[in-house]
Amino acid sequence: MRNSIEHQKNIIDFALSSLLRRKGKNAGLLFVYTLVVFALASVVFFTHSIRKEASIILEGTPEMIVQKIVAGRHDLIPLIYMDRIEKIRGVSSVKGRLWGYYYDPVVGANYTLIVPENFRSGEGNIVIGEGISRTRLAFEGDTLEFRAYSGKIINLKIKNIISSESELLSSDLIMVSENDFRRLFGTPVDYAVDLTLNVRNPRELSTIALKISEILPDTRIILRDEILRTYDSVFNWRGGILIVILSGALLAFIIFAWDKASGLSLDERREIGILKAIGWETSDIILMKFWEGIGISLTSFFSGIMLAYIHVFFTSASLFEPVLKGWSVLYPQFKPIPFIDASQIATLFFLTVVPYTVATVIPSWRAATIDPDSVMR
Amino acid sequence: MIELVNIRKVFNMGKPNEFTAINGISMQIDSGKMTVLKGPSGSGKTTLLSLIGCMARPTSGRIHLMDREITSLPERFLTEIRRKTFGFIFQQFNLIKGITVLENVMLPAYPGGEKYSLLKKRAMHLLDIFDISRKARDRVEWLSGGEAQRVTIARALMNNPFIVIADEPTSHLDTKLSRELMGIMGRLKEDNRTVLIASHDPVVYESDAVDRVIRIADGKIEEHR
Amino acid sequence: MIFHPSIIALYVASLLVSFMISYSAYYGIQILRKWDIESGSELQLVLERRTYLISTILTYLFVFQLISLFLYIYTAEQLHVLFVGAMCAAGTLYVNTCGYPALILKMVTFLLAGLWLILNYADNKAYDYPLTKRKYLLLLIITPLLLTETALQTAFFLRLRPDLITSCCGTLFSTGSKNVISEVFSLPSMQVKIAFYLCMASTVASGIHFYRKGKGGYLFSSMSIIMFFVSIIATISFISLYFYELPTHHCPFCLLQKEYGYIGYLLYLTLFGSTVFGIGTGALMPFRNVKSLTTILPSIQRRLTLLSLILLVIFSAIATYPMVFYDFTLEGY
Repeated sequence: MRNSIEHQKNIIDFALSSLLRRKGKNAGLLFVYTLVVFALASVVFFTHSIRKEASIILEGTPEMIVQKIVAGRHDLIPLIYMDRIEKIRGVSSVKGRLWGYYYDPVVGANYTLIVPENFRSGEGNIVIGEGISRTRLAFEGDTLEFRAYSGKIINLKIKNIISSESELLSSDLIMVSENDFRRLFGTPVDYAVDLTLNVRNPRELSTIALKISEILPDTRIILRDEILRTYDSVFNWRGGILIVILSGALLAFIIFAWDKASGLSLDERREIGILKAIGWETSDIILMKFWEGIGISLTSFFSGIMLAYIHVFFTSASLFEPVLKGWSVLYPQFKPIPFIDASQIATLFFLTVVPYTVATVIPSWRAATIDPDSVMR
Repeated sequence: MIELVNIRKVFNMGKPNEFTAINGISMQIDSGKMTVLKGPSGSGKTTLLSLIGCMARPTSGRIHLMDREITSLPERFLTEIRRKTFGFIFQQFNLIKGITVLENVMLPAYPGGEKYSLLKKRAMHLLDIFDISRKARDRVEWLSGGEAQRVTIARALMNNPFIVIADEPTSHLDTKLSRELMGIMGRLKEDNRTVLIASHDPVVYESDAVDRVIRIADGKIEEHR
Repeated sequence: MIFHPSIIALYVASLLVSFMISYSAYYGIQILRKWDIESGSELQLVLERRTYLISTILTYLFVFQLISLFLYIYTAEQLHVLFVGAMCAAGTLYVNTCGYPALILKMVTFLLAGLWLILNYADNKAYDYPLTKRKYLLLLIITPLLLTETALQTAFFLRLRPDLITSCCGTLFSTGSKNVISEVFSLPSMQVKIAFYLCMASTVASGIHFYRKGKGGYLFSSMSIIMFFVSIIATISFISLYFYELPTHHCPFCLLQKEYGYIGYLLYLTLFGSTVFGIGTGALMPFRNVKSLTTILPSIQRRLTLLSLILLVIFSAIATYPMVFYDFTLEGY
């Protein structure tokens, strides 16, 4: 009775030696294979990481936002609406929120101004994001000039730079006091830009949203989950599109692999003929080709993944930035959070190793069915 | 021990280059003896060897190996039987380039699933018998004709077969080496193995160790001795 | 349609798998019509050689289907954020009518492919390929199932649009909901527990009996199949509850999550493995009298039975572990 494990070991031994004997031919294949894995893995890692970051960031945002709509557009919301909302069962807190955009003609960028819940830096002071600091070359202690709604110039001093783990959202942010905000934009005292809510039971979100739209028909309600879904969709879409684009390269690789596998040199043909003549079965040859394929696939797969890992998480995916981030003046410098899971590996496996294996099945089999008496003729 | 009944082998059947290599051969090979198939090239000797050695199936007719009919056995089982029963020595040596002599000798036993270390020992032992163990780790490309021949014989014995088949074993050897070869073949016979050689070299068929010579021409037998 | 990389990967995999099985089926038909082991003709040789190819293809297919099964669930899990009311994979799959059927077909084709491989193994051991025709008949059954599964999976993903309202596993798998799956939980947990352990004990007993006496192979195999269904019901009904330590969380997919130590994989792999080996034992029973198989079949079946039993015991041990060691008690509510 054949000992399976020893049998496999012997065949693996020969398969590996066979690969090493044909370094030239296999090197080219390895290179292309690794490249393909690298490209696809970079896309997969990057989009996954951004998606994860977005969801982590959004965890801190309010579960529900209420905005007033006038003629289909977002307008300031009167603070008295808060009383009516507070009375709804299930609402644990309502707050008015002040935020807006400021266009800076000096660098041609849009800043997001926001009044945070507890602003402790004092009147006349601001806290700015890294992107702004980099673009305006403005640091702690410097003063930035703002043109108010009235045309008057307001000077605000930089107290601090936002040090945030995720620059994605804070890069273009300026935190300012309520008074300064109202001075800058002219927002009346009894109005806010929108209202934020927290509820006791997340399952009640839709019910509460329904009630609010009944008592305040001129408002629209935005749920955090909806924002999350939208971001998720966008990143999915972008990641997916890139993969579809790369599929051209993938297809070329598959054809290349098939060609390499089918094009047995005279030497290889002779070698297999000898093996069959001295007693190797067709299944032994198929096994040998299988292990050869595994050797190449595993090497390329893991090299490609490692390189992609370094590319995405250590060089911040320098090759993909323009496509995936969209365009703006303020580029947040961000380090994607390394996050690999089994599903990504499985995805990459299906996109690379599986097509390669399928492409080489038939050529391998054809090689294995060489007649044993071919070396006698 | 080996019996062929009315064997025919046709290549490229139905095509314009249809060719009948063996045309109705019946014969018996006795065990423990050395038989030589003598005939010019193109006579069908090689085809006959490949049929006897379970490397190919006849177009019609029956082959019996030790009273077991093997003609219609599926390839899978045929190969296993061949591996255990026959050892081949080819005309072209057919050693695999790029690997060592030792590995070449071990190869026929790989499918058997024995431990690598055991195979190594056996292979070394065989190389010893034929006095080339010092070349064990050399590449086969560096061997002389006579050395390569001895390696192929060692390889043929790796699975301890009781039938050894050789196809024109002396075609790349000078007279001295040819006589040495026939000496080795004689020793195999004394070991109780059956030896079957195809050759048109007189050194072979006129050797004392030969028990029987069968003459083949145009796919048919003309026997004597 | 959602362009998630994993979805594209699943498409690619399904496409390739469909191609492979169609190719195999095409040649399978040829084999069914012209196979004649006695003939030794050129055609027969070609056919024999082709069976090597098809065996290789089916081995790959088996592995790919398994990975595809898990990736499918995992992707559904990741997509749950896009659908209101979906708390995990269970909710995502419920978004349109193709989600669950695709999952079920994936499981079925996986089991059938495993069965085919077992038949193939036995077939190759005999010297006259006695099971070949039946093997390829099975292949012709698997082919439309696999193609349907590909179609369903494709349809499922194509019709997915974010924001669709669905029931999450909370409402789907909790009491009060009116669909089939919720009926399982209204089953009182004590009764299901008894059924589960009884069934397990009978399966093990019949397996051991077959192992030692060589009789009752059909019984054991049928018990294996029944055990499969009972185990699935039991997992949803009470086993998952113990892992989650929540009396209302019945979802069978959340067990595959990191939070629970990925225990779901071990659980399902052992269950599926056990079932494949059990079915295989039964599938080989009718051939015990075939001349070329009389000597080898019993030992093959015994090995299959042993494997099946070992995996089943491991499965039960894992399932029972939290009941014994966790602080959670189900009864008494």
